Amino acid sequence: MTGQINRLPSGGIIDRSRGVRFTFDGIVYDGHPGDTLASALLANGVTLTGRSFKYHRPRGILSAGSEEPSALVELRTGARREANTKATMAEVFDGLESTSQNRWPSLRLDLMSVNSLLSPIFVAGFYYKTFMWPAALWEKLYEPAIRRAAGLGRASQSADPDTYEKATAFCDVLVIGGGPAGLTAALNAGRSGARVIVADENFALGGRAIDDAAEIDGKPAAQWVAAAEGELAAMKNVRIMRRTTVFGTYDGGTYGGVERVSDHLATPPAGIPRQRLWHFIAKRSVLAAGATERPIVFGNNDRPGVMLAGAVRTYINRFGVKPGQRAVVFANNDYAASTVTTLKRAGVEVAALVDSRNAPSSYVSGIVGAADVRLISGAVITTVNGGHKIKSVNVRTADGRSIKLDCDLVAMSGGWNPNIQLSTHVGGKPVWDDVICSFVPGTLPPGMVVAGAASGALGLKDALDGGAASGASAAGATGHKPAGISVPSAVNESVAISPLWRVDGCTGKSLVDMQNDVASSDIELSNREGFRSVEHLKRYTTLGMATDQGRTANVNALAIMAELTQKSIPQTGMTLARPPYSPVAIGALAGHHRGKEFKPSRRPPSYTWTKENGGKFNETGLWLRPSLYPKSGESDWLDTVKREVNTVRSSVGICDVSTLGKIDIQGADAALFLDRVYMNGMKTLAVGRCRYGGMMREDGILMDDGTVARLAENHYFLTTTTANAVKASQHLELCHQWLWPELDVQMISATEQWAQYAVAGPNSRALLQKIVDPEFDITDKGFPYLQVGGITVCGGIKARLFRLSFSGERAFEIGVPARYGDSLLRRLVEAGKEFGACVYGTESLGVMRIEKGHISGPELNGTSTARDVGLGGMVSTKKDFIGRVLGDRPGIADPDRPALVGLRPVDRTARLRSGSHFLSRDAKPTAENDEGYMTSVCYSPTVGHWIALGFLKRGPQRMGEIIRAYDPVRGGDTLVEVVSPCFVDAEGEKVRG
Amino acid sequence: MPVGDYSIFSVMKEALRGHTGWGPAWRDAEPKPAYDIVIIGGGGHGLATAYYLAKEYKAARIAVVEKGWIGGGNVGRNTTIVRSNYMLPGNIPFYELSMKLWEGLEQDINYNAMVSQRGVLNLYHSDGQRDAFARRGNSMRLHGVDCELLDADAVRKMVPFLDFENARFPVHGGLLQRRGGTVRHDAVAWGYARAADRHGVDIIQNCEVTAFRFENDHVVGIETSRGYIGAGKVGISVAGNSSRVAAMAGMKLPIESHVLQAFVTESIKPFIDGVVTFGAGHFYISQSDKGGLVFGGDLDGYNSYAQRGNMPVVEDVCEGGMALMPRIGRVRLLRSWGRHHGYVDGRQPVHRSHPHQGSLFQWRVVLRRLQGDASGGHVFRASDCTR
Amino acid sequence: MRINCPCCGERGIDEFSYYGDATVTRPDLTSPTAMAEFVAYAFERANIPGPHRELWYHAAGCHLWLVVTRNIATHEILSVESARDVALARNANAKGSA
Repeated sequence: MTGQINRLPSGGIIDRSRGVRFTFDGIVYDGHPGDTLASALLANGVTLTGRSFKYHRPRGILSAGSEEPSALVELRTGARREANTKATMAEVFDGLESTSQNRWPSLRLDLMSVNSLLSPIFVAGFYYKTFMWPAALWEKLYEPAIRRAAGLGRASQSADPDTYEKATAFCDVLVIGGGPAGLTAALNAGRSGARVIVADENFALGGRAIDDAAEIDGKPAAQWVAAAEGELAAMKNVRIMRRTTVFGTYDGGTYGGVERVSDHLATPPAGIPRQRLWHFIAKRSVLAAGATERPIVFGNNDRPGVMLAGAVRTYINRFGVKPGQRAVVFANNDYAASTVTTLKRAGVEVAALVDSRNAPSSYVSGIVGAADVRLISGAVITTVNGGHKIKSVNVRTADGRSIKLDCDLVAMSGGWNPNIQLSTHVGGKPVWDDVICSFVPGTLPPGMVVAGAASGALGLKDALDGGAASGASAAGATGHKPAGISVPSAVNESVAISPLWRVDGCTGKSLVDMQNDVASSDIELSNREGFRSVEHLKRYTTLGMATDQGRTANVNALAIMAELTQKSIPQTGMTLARPPYSPVAIGALAGHHRGKEFKPSRRPPSYTWTKENGGKFNETGLWLRPSLYPKSGESDWLDTVKREVNTVRSSVGICDVSTLGKIDIQGADAALFLDRVYMNGMKTLAVGRCRYGGMMREDGILMDDGTVARLAENHYFLTTTTANAVKASQHLELCHQWLWPELDVQMISATEQWAQYAVAGPNSRALLQKIVDPEFDITDKGFPYLQVGGITVCGGIKARLFRLSFSGERAFEIGVPARYGDSLLRRLVEAGKEFGACVYGTESLGVMRIEKGHISGPELNGTSTARDVGLGGMVSTKKDFIGRVLGDRPGIADPDRPALVGLRPVDRTARLRSGSHFLSRDAKPTAENDEGYMTSVCYSPTVGHWIALGFLKRGPQRMGEIIRAYDPVRGGDTLVEVVSPCFVDAEGEKVRG
Repeated sequence: MPVGDYSIFSVMKEALRGHTGWGPAWRDAEPKPAYDIVIIGGGGHGLATAYYLAKEYKAARIAVVEKGWIGGGNVGRNTTIVRSNYMLPGNIPFYELSMKLWEGLEQDINYNAMVSQRGVLNLYHSDGQRDAFARRGNSMRLHGVDCELLDADAVRKMVPFLDFENARFPVHGGLLQRRGGTVRHDAVAWGYARAADRHGVDIIQNCEVTAFRFENDHVVGIETSRGYIGAGKVGISVAGNSSRVAAMAGMKLPIESHVLQAFVTESIKPFIDGVVTFGAGHFYISQSDKGGLVFGGDLDGYNSYAQRGNMPVVEDVCEGGMALMPRIGRVRLLRSWGRHHGYVDGRQPVHRSHPHQGSLFQWRVVLRRLQGDASGGHVFRASDCTR
Repeated sequence: MRINCPCCGERGIDEFSYYGDATVTRPDLTSPTAMAEFVAYAFERANIPGPHRELWYHAAGCHLWLVVTRNIATHEILSVESARDVALARNANAKGSA
């Protein structure tokens, strides 16, 4: 450990009273709270931090913010390992472990850097031109090699152990960015009484005012920022959110944000998430996201030690770290000149200020004069010498001479790009600004104003003024009138600039997109090959598609392409930014929706009893429905099903059918309404009676089936399938509110209000008589098949009784208010003991419905019609109803369409499988011979072999024919006989009692 | 060697002279007064159509007109999956023709589109889903298409990092098409463009169609932002813009334009090999050769031409991702994008003929899927020009 | 997007479900060209960018069906009305013109 050799003795806003210890590539280093990993590494003299994507060029730290393209590390280890973490954003904490990426065997000795030697071949798009022969080698050899070489860091191989949360916050004014403009915006909006949220991606507010050690109100910026923060914190209507990146602008004033709640800690404290996703719902927003400094494109401009000038000032001013011992500053603008002063103050030798402009402004002359630094005007750096560390730079002077300057640090500035991304996410078009030589926001999203550097106002005073005015106007637009705008005093830096995008005549690669290794020569190649549109350039070279979102690359690339095509930059184009502004962990976007909590679990009334009695569940949509109730001694599910079915068919069984959709419909026109939504007649249904019904979609496809019970003249109660409960209810509401608003009808879903049990089997009435209060006659005569009525059970509990049967047995459904659901089941079970009753689940329910040939989900599959499922005869021709006309359209009225049949294996011991396709007995297995498919199968305990339902071409006319059930994906090919879909009690005697 | 040929030899030769010898991959053509065939839309389908037409009808004068830059529509904004694991009649042969074309595409067009058959695995989570997949798989097999139905153990062997222990909807198995996979989507457009160009097709970018011109109910040309272009036949291949273009010809289509978002993460070392789709949520994923995880999910669900979506679907898709593979949590989403497609009721691609007022004007609407790019072009060619 | 439900106030779109075009009206069964009219009603859509009248359902709210006028090129919501009110007015107009 060499110690923090580059830590300045004083200055910065780090906590020097405390130390933290961390590792990088296994070596232990010390830093202070308030450091980023980047600042702490620089303090320790570490400049080589990674290898580039394609050529494995050595890379260091370029920036001090979220635009960092180069200094990416694997942070943490094991299940918490995060690939591609920006060292410039990661806060150091005690015990932090970080590792360099994309190198083998080590960062200093990276054998993969052989790629650099092959770089003449590995130019943009080379892979589109080769690896084609022989074709077989692509997947075997070329592609695996490419895949192994590609990628930056390694993601964790284990489930993410941390938790995430989601939250929503409403505000009048969302201030995005807590720099000088953001703070004055928040102060002025907050003072007006508006509800304000100010969010900054950094862990400290102040932005460039701190980074540049500026003066505000005659005080050091840090003091003013602290005071502003104090005032904001004291306002109840203001919420300050640090470590919160607003990453996306969405429609309707919605902004996505991610708060890194615990990323600055070793592990999240108990009960605290790692990150929190925010939905900010803002009436107005102030975009004060600052600006990103542009690199200049020259030879080896990606070497460790070449940094953005603003980042150099940040490391010195904010972190008290000098990033080098002897610097050259290279700029095309005035703003960067202050770097010279900052460096000198930090005790860094400054070899020269290389200014590409011929005539230095008086602003620059003043600064270099005061700092006593050599100014080389009209000059450029052509090449950086040195590998892992800079040794010197070659400078070409105004008169064309080449001079060499020794240095270990280059501070470069090509000007500033406003961070306009959030203004373009919903389609806002930026415009070119000749003054700052960059894009500024043009058309803005509704409700957004832009302030400070993000608007192109790079000077401090302009930022403070613009922020204050924007904050006040945004608050004013939400009905909060500020008393008056108050702005602290400050001085604008000079921001004069003459564009210099790239230096010609360089040796060494001149990088434009450092992370993706896109060089200036790749843009030339792209132009040569016709990939000139900015979208083609981006896609062909991968420029701007790295984790910095192109923030350091895009404008330079556009400018170079503009120069090559002799167009202006705005003519060349601008790729629209899309969310996220900076990359967001997928875990944060998912929140707590993972594992068992991925989706809510709906529990039917029998849930607890089922749990207590060892029942099994299956997932039916969100419902957990009891599926089977195995008993000890039963060797598999089939044993259980056989017992349950036999019990029902011979005595009685109880099944929770509460998950079926239930809709209560009332009104003078209810009968007429139902007549229009069901394909069969409903008007004629008598009070106290039930009827099976089918609903179609308007396109003539069967939508759902269920029962309709008429409880009173103007009162109906419908059931739908479990799967379609929500859809059917929505459909009926549409029919009522939109198609026939004149009808006097009201409806409400009552699915969750009623617990409902089927009590099925010859002894069902006997069992129910022990539950139903004695004054109600439920004999076959007094309460025949398809009867419905209000009753009381268990001594006065209101209930409804339906004489319905899905099983084909004498059966009832009994409904009670949901709160009695659990106890009703217990009473039914108790009452059933003397009959040997069982409780059964969806498996046995399914078996019995297949035995009866009743359709269910597999037959109601969104492509079947009433005719297909054998219900053609039910379809009324006497009335209009949804689906009436299109149900007769040629395609779906084709008599050749596969229609419902029953099937049984010729070899009665053979097993059938749903999903098998039908072929004529001697037909070859080809698509032309495909005649339909099996929809539902079961082993029928009642008939003693496997049976099935299926859709077969002209099926009803082929009774008795032997066909093939062909199931190659499971190796099946079984001869089956076409039979009636009803296997049990075809005459329907049993159901009537 | 002519600069047109791409091979390792031409690349190495160019490497020696700084790649200064390469010419444009396709000519930036100026519109001519008339063509035999004009294809509207320079996406995957349009360019493939032009290529196959030009390859077969060498004498035909063919142009592709594109309002922006080629490959900027769905072929440039998708999740790169190719497959033919469909179920309903008509779909399998169509997409299987496409699969077969993909398999020889690169040698045919002399462009590496990185067709990568690393498999497409669709997971199932219930017996009912299994049976529906069996039906689909059997249908594929009847069409001569490869397909396997895997049980949970076989899936676990292939993708051991799924949530098998604590899932709300446990994985019961999957339907695997080993020949399915991914392609480098942009390269498909560029490769077809270059190959079509080499057969003499004019690719005219920044040329927006503003009207059709008819004579005696026959289309005779199109008005464009770059002037009138005569045309013997016109093909429309404009995906989500189909309604807009067809409206210029006085036709109303059974189509709504919807937005489908897609996502890519930061580049990471190999993490997942083939394509996996979640059967209990809206999520499917693969990893590009560059290292980014490419994933998507459900439609935003409302009509849109905006080519962007909203947060609820972003979250829904990521929730599906975390439910299926919880090791994805710390991987960061890098970019999202939206494309607008045409959807018809039932959400099947539309390929149909429509007589324009009794004329011989023919159109095809080919929409939605990258998977169909090759065959869409091929079918269009076959049906339009062999009559 | 956020929809200002006339019953519940402004809510995020995750509470709503989308149905589609609100400009088509269900044809009359007895029309001699009923089949063609129903085909157009069920399938054919103008589907061009710009303001679009469409039906949304406040599924996770009051269960009101809404007619939302929304620019489908920009997602800007121009108006939100109760579908029932729109439908009643539509029916009244139809009667008036008949």
